[in-house]
Amino acid sequence: MADIVFFHRVSQRYGEGPEILRDVSFRLGEGEMMFLTGPSGAGKSTLLKLIGLLARPQSGQIAVLGQNIAQIRRARIPAFRRQIGMIFQNPSLLNERSVFDNVALPLIIRGHSGVDIGRRVRGALDAVGLLDKEKALPPTLSGGEQQRVGIARAVVAKPKLLLADEPTGNLDPQMARDVMQLFQRFNQVGVSVLVATHALGLIQRLPYRIAHIEHGHIENREDADATTDTPESELDAG
Amino acid sequence: MTPVKTPQSAARVAPPPGWLARTLQDHSRALNSSLSELLRKPVATLLTAFVIGLTLALPAGLDTVLRNLDVVGDSLQGSLRASLFLKDSVDADRAQELSHSLGKRPGVASARYISREQALDEFRQHSGFGEALDLLKDNPLPAVIVVTPDRHAPQAQTDALFKELGKLPEVEQAQLDEKWLQRLYAILTLVQRAVLVIASALGLAVVIVIANTIRLDIERHREEIAVMKLIGAADAFIRRPFLYTGLGYGLVGAVLACAMVVGAGALLSQPAHELAGLYEAETSLRGLAPQAILGVFGAGLVLGWLGAFWTVSRHLKHIEPA
Repeated sequence: MADIVFFHRVSQRYGEGPEILRDVSFRLGEGEMMFLTGPSGAGKSTLLKLIGLLARPQSGQIAVLGQNIAQIRRARIPAFRRQIGMIFQNPSLLNERSVFDNVALPLIIRGHSGVDIGRRVRGALDAVGLLDKEKALPPTLSGGEQQRVGIARAVVAKPKLLLADEPTGNLDPQMARDVMQLFQRFNQVGVSVLVATHALGLIQRLPYRIAHIEHGHIENREDADATTDTPESELDAG
Repeated sequence: MTPVKTPQSAARVAPPPGWLARTLQDHSRALNSSLSELLRKPVATLLTAFVIGLTLALPAGLDTVLRNLDVVGDSLQGSLRASLFLKDSVDADRAQELSHSLGKRPGVASARYISREQALDEFRQHSGFGEALDLLKDNPLPAVIVVTPDRHAPQAQTDALFKELGKLPEVEQAQLDEKWLQRLYAILTLVQRAVLVIASALGLAVVIVIANTIRLDIERHREEIAVMKLIGAADAFIRRPFLYTGLGYGLVGAVLACAMVVGAGALLSQPAHELAGLYEAETSLRGLAPQAILGVFGAGLVLGWLGAFWTVSRHLKHIEPA
């Protein structure tokens, strides 16, 4: 199984502040779903930001989708991000645009035709159970519905990798379970999924790998062992 | 929450449209987005376009004024003449012959010989001193050749011609009052340069007005831009609607500028007609020339695009998803 995400001894700090990530090494395989757990401030969000190139690591090496991110120039970042779907606790929707328009954005950016956009957006909204809300504006939706719009937007263009940062933070237990079920279904159609969450109760019975991060250090024996040596092929790619 | 369905349909990949179709589609979407933005706040849009129009109208109006002054100058140059007073020793035949040859010289539109007798008759008719002239034993007036230069000849050539005519052996004295015309042309040249300087400064002002307006638009859409970047929009994609907005401001500004100059021309037409009549010059006021209209539209569009491009490029770099 090829690696979709590969971290080797990555450390990160912002300015003169404390180290957020410390010697983090792990892998996420193609088509794999994995959970990243840990308390608030442990470094989960920072790790996801590094994968999405929302930040650059201070040291260590990262390969995502076969590309060494240190070699990705600024102008190539948009093309890189188009391969990734990102979901945050705050879904960052555009409040002046309808649900349909919000979900259509990734397809518009990719230059899809109007007919194709209509079909895909309705398919994504159907998948998250919001087909009847396509004309609504985000502020008129509940927190859970907004989160699902964010999920629909993240998956509508079929990314190769889906990153979710505390996607159930604003949801009640039932909705949180439904969202997790949704991620599983996306994973079943081949999308690699990495979910950062501190809701251990929600995921511990699921049949997926869990990596625990605390004080900026990842605790996952299997991955730590696997990345003792740096495979040059991972980092030369891209 | 309704039961979740398989996302297979959402995840299906269709072939992307061709390059041309995609480019047209992207531009059409950007244009629509820009128009919606401009129409969403019509008063603010019109006020900005009015400021741009006023800024473009000033050089366009000055250019029109200059063109009219140029025409007045040309028209007055037609009345410019040199009077060559002949020596008494030059007989009528020689004077006729000289007048004929002068009329054929390059740079000369016409030459007319006025004999001493004709000069006396004209003076008698127009001066009102007819009875006093009868008291004189001899005709005191010299024969004259009136030379009119070609109005299309360069000023320097006309000056040289008049100097040369004054040195002819048959000529006692050459009289030419052209200083005022030279001053007029000197002033026109100066004003033309001033218009260029003013137009450049006002062009910069248009760029700054548009850049500042679009900077405010960018600030208002900061969150949206961050989201667009997060989901993989390239800078060119984000920049495009703002460029159309800049072009829109420039275009509407150009329309308003032309309307202002045409309106001002209509207001000034009658007084200008009366003033020109007093100078016996060409009487019709010339409006905005087709080249000037093209210039105003070209300047509006180019400056609008430049202002937008400059400010969007500067600010996009600083907006990143958190």
